[in-house]
Amino acid sequence: MAEEVKAVAEMQPKETLFSKKNKRTLFEPLSDNNPITFQVLGICSALATTVQMRTALVMALAVMFVLATSNVAISLLRKFIPSKIRIIVELAIVATLVILVDQVLKAYLFNISKQLSVFVGLIITNCILLGRAEAFALQNKAWPSFLDGLGNALGYGWILMVIATGREILGSGSIMGFAIFPESFYTAGYENMGLMVLAPGAFILLGLLVWVQRSITKTVHE
Amino acid sequence: MQHSNAYTFRFAAMVTIVCSVLLAGAATLLKPRQDENKLLDKKKNILISVGIIPVNGDSFTRSEINETYAKKIKELVIDLKGNIVEDKNPSDLDPRKDTEMLPIYENMEGEEINAYVIPVSGKGLWSTIYGYLAIAPDGSTVKGITFYSHGETPGLGGEIEKKWFTDNFIGKKITDKDGNIVSIDIVKGKVDPNSDNAIHEVDGISGATLTGRGVANFLKKDLQTYEPFLRTIINSKGGV
Repeated sequence: MAEEVKAVAEMQPKETLFSKKNKRTLFEPLSDNNPITFQVLGICSALATTVQMRTALVMALAVMFVLATSNVAISLLRKFIPSKIRIIVELAIVATLVILVDQVLKAYLFNISKQLSVFVGLIITNCILLGRAEAFALQNKAWPSFLDGLGNALGYGWILMVIATGREILGSGSIMGFAIFPESFYTAGYENMGLMVLAPGAFILLGLLVWVQRSITKTVHE
Repeated sequence: MQHSNAYTFRFAAMVTIVCSVLLAGAATLLKPRQDENKLLDKKKNILISVGIIPVNGDSFTRSEINETYAKKIKELVIDLKGNIVEDKNPSDLDPRKDTEMLPIYENMEGEEINAYVIPVSGKGLWSTIYGYLAIAPDGSTVKGITFYSHGETPGLGGEIEKKWFTDNFIGKKITDKDGNIVSIDIVKGKVDPNSDNAIHEVDGISGATLTGRGVANFLKKDLQTYEPFLRTIINSKGGV
């Protein structure tokens, strides 16, 4: 990371690391320009990996790593990438990073990688990654690209965590795998909501979230 | 900025080389640990199938699995006639070449055999399902079953790995009174407790009839390959 920071500092001595513009790059995707609720990207994985909070967290961290690193790599190479083959080069960079993450998870977080199964591999096809590479990293310097990647991943991650929290509490009666309802609730007739474990439950929560988020930010899609 | 075609080719080649070197390096470095994880996962599932489950929390540590496994499980290899093959270990077997030999795991409680564990696998609806079936020393009663690797739909067919489903197998019989393999069927809906076959049946999963059918099929197929061995056990105890 230090190299990029230095490079940026040399190229633009006047702009500070956390200038207003850079801050906006980092924080805008959290709400106003959220990749899931505003740009409606990455829905598939938002439905698939949010049955439990633990898998959602690992998924969010994996996307954060891949998105920030790929944005930096593509930004550093932006002057050298021939425009004719830029998409496939972006894809190669993203795919390499994703496979690295997948291999590390298999080695160090085996149980979680089993639960995430194909979805880590499918980060490659997550539209957020190519979207940010095309829309931001190809035109911007490494440091802002890093912030953009981080911001978008955080925006993606917090939505994932909110949905996962709702689904795990309602669907499995637990938080991070720890049961929160005492056994007496179940004997008294309380039942976990099966719908929440399935994709439609995630769709409903996601829809509600988009509604709430947009009525706060007052954004309307034409 | 317009680049020449030659440059484009050179660039593409460079990207390819850098990416492949990175991936090959990572894969080689991490392989031993990944293989160890797979092995540990199998051991853990053999332990779970015989009812050895972690007391606190939902997972064993790596060393706990290895220790408990070494203490409680004896690995054996048998041939298709049910005789024990000496000097062989399940890890020596290559499933493609050694079709004449079968792995079997004995759960020891001191000197006593507590259960026989056999690997079971076959097609579900979408994927190949792998699991372990533990059979009591009488050669007929199910001690437990686990499914540890599958690609069935989460919430539907994926429920086979859940405790509520696998617990239904405990106490069921895989043979009839004469020691013939009947296996265990997964019925649609609930088992009728008054039916004669109730002891050979478990409740199905609603929305996962085909996964259940697949599981029932491969259980039967695998039990038939182990039939000679099970029969020796049953005969040595003087019938079921």
